[in-house]
Amino acid sequence: MTTQAAYTDGTLVRVEGLKKHFPVGGGIFHRTKSHIYAVDDVNFAIQKGKSLGLVGESGCGKTTTGKMLTRLHDPTGGHIYLNDTELGQVDLAEVKGAQLKTFRRRVQMIFQDPYESLNPRRTIYDTVVEPLAVQGIGDLVEREERVANLLDLVGLTPADTFMFRFPHELSGGQRQRVAIARALVIDPAFIVADEPTSMLDVSIRIGVMQLMQELAEQFGVSYLYITHDLAVARYMCQDIAVMYLGKLVEMAETEELLAHPLHPYTQALISAVPIPDPRLQRETIDIKGGIAQPIDPPAHCRFYDRCPFADNFCRDNAHPPLEDKGDGHMVACYKV
Amino acid sequence: MSLMLSVHDLTMHYRIRKGDVSAVDHVSFDLAKGQSLGLVGESGCGKTSVAFTLMRLLPDNGVIKDGYVMIDGKDIVAMDYTDLLKMRWRKIAMVFQAAMNALNPVHTVGQQIAEAMELHLPNLNPAQMRERIAILFELVGLEPTLMDRYPHEFSGGMRQRAVIAMALSCSPDIIIADEPTTALDVIVQDRILKRIRELQRELNMAMIYISHDIAVIAEVSDRIGVMYAGRMAEMADATDIFAHPSHPYTYALMGAFPSIKGKRRDLKTLPGEPPDLLDPPPGCRFHPRCPYATDVCREKQPDFMPVDGVMRSDLTQGHYVACWHPLKGVTL
Repeated sequence: MTTQAAYTDGTLVRVEGLKKHFPVGGGIFHRTKSHIYAVDDVNFAIQKGKSLGLVGESGCGKTTTGKMLTRLHDPTGGHIYLNDTELGQVDLAEVKGAQLKTFRRRVQMIFQDPYESLNPRRTIYDTVVEPLAVQGIGDLVEREERVANLLDLVGLTPADTFMFRFPHELSGGQRQRVAIARALVIDPAFIVADEPTSMLDVSIRIGVMQLMQELAEQFGVSYLYITHDLAVARYMCQDIAVMYLGKLVEMAETEELLAHPLHPYTQALISAVPIPDPRLQRETIDIKGGIAQPIDPPAHCRFYDRCPFADNFCRDNAHPPLEDKGDGHMVACYKV
Repeated sequence: MSLMLSVHDLTMHYRIRKGDVSAVDHVSFDLAKGQSLGLVGESGCGKTSVAFTLMRLLPDNGVIKDGYVMIDGKDIVAMDYTDLLKMRWRKIAMVFQAAMNALNPVHTVGQQIAEAMELHLPNLNPAQMRERIAILFELVGLEPTLMDRYPHEFSGGMRQRAVIAMALSCSPDIIIADEPTTALDVIVQDRILKRIRELQRELNMAMIYISHDIAVIAEVSDRIGVMYAGRMAEMADATDIFAHPSHPYTYALMGAFPSIKGKRRDLKTLPGEPPDLLDPPPGCRFHPRCPYATDVCREKQPDFMPVDGVMRSDLTQGHYVACWHPLKGVTL
């Protein structure tokens, strides 16, 4: 596929063959022998104004994927194409210099832990204004106006009472709102949100989720929403991609994926989610064993060892490709 | 049904420099043999403080101000320390959240379970003890040969199973599980939840299961107690509380919880944040966030009363709520 063709359909981000392999062992005097295949040949696309939920258990590579999209990790291989009004069509895996700086303005990240992601010695104003200062946008008066405006939008009102407070004076929900304001202050096109609500209490969490949705509409931003919680992904994202040991195993429209999961891992994952209603029964589809680390994995399907349906064909062939099984429901499994 | 545990008006404060934090305030509940009670609420609502108060595992600044905790006709609160040690593990045991720090990294898992048993079951010789640990391991779904391994050789799910085995080691009548699956991935969590529930039923233990996750609580509880800001807001049978939530906070909590099953309904936000327990609001502690609050809510604390008006001899049955204006006939 040429990169030109990829952009005619309203695609904002297109990830092709993305890889990140971390060396393990080794050291100064030893050559590295093994690699963790944290992210291995991942492909997906995000449409303008839509959000994709990246779901999986710990260690599946979802955070590593997010960090590559924000260039906090450099990919081992593959391409990340961003189709942006300001940047044009660029491969994020290769941007450098001035372009990288523009890219940092267009792509932002919201982290999981609002207790760690805000500098305790800086006021809220300092934190939120910093991206504007780094990018050299506006003069002091304009910046202050912009920060006040953003704090209002994220519900930290009245803004002037919050501006000169420190993070320790705010609750977890308020801190995460500051992190959202910081991400939005420079008008990004795309935000990677890594478990932004998993540290927050239930009654606070919904407020932050709704805020993120409202702002996405208002600012026209798309999210890559990384979460371990399928129920949260259901409320935040139009599409869900399920990751297992560095590979995408299934990707579909949210309700379709939850109602008709096709990959055995997705089926097991969905069946294991507890339901907040004792009147509903659920069938569990159990799978063998537990999650391993993808250190120099064998060529066959990554799910082979745990799969209840695996046979010799699965063992003798390479990891199955992610294929469209109808209506854009993508699955990587020979048995579907 | 025989009563295993009776908690009445339990009140506990943490003394800090700025004053007293009212962490548990006049909490009452009863537990019958074989019954499981789920305590649910957000962080800081006092659910874990209740558990630590029941075990008297409080830090130095945790002071029990009022109330009693009766087990076998004996009051844990008034008991002297040597008697208390005899009650722990034998009568009432706790499953902690198995972060690495619940297990000692320099001893094998088997040694650590043996340690608890040496104190409480002194008649066992080492061979009998190993045999018992092997049985415990099988109960929780661990290979018995693993007892000679160290905690770092266990995965998160295996460690949690080991911690459960430890809590079961002295055959307690009552088991308290404090967020035992919170740090685990969903598939492992599901297996552990199932095993805990099966064991609790097989061994006919009374259980208090503590979690912030109302979905997990729904799966493991016969009865559910909803806590808010140190107080018990509502308590009822699990199916009943989901079918007819009476306290506006219970309703809000359920409405805010996303589910992957059923129709995708709009989630409701609950404005505001839980109060500062150094200086809790007068009257009902939920009134600053409650859409139905009136003057009486702001002035007087509501009693914990049965919704049908029928007073019972204990709190193991019936639907109780502490609210001046309980909701009637609402569903999600």
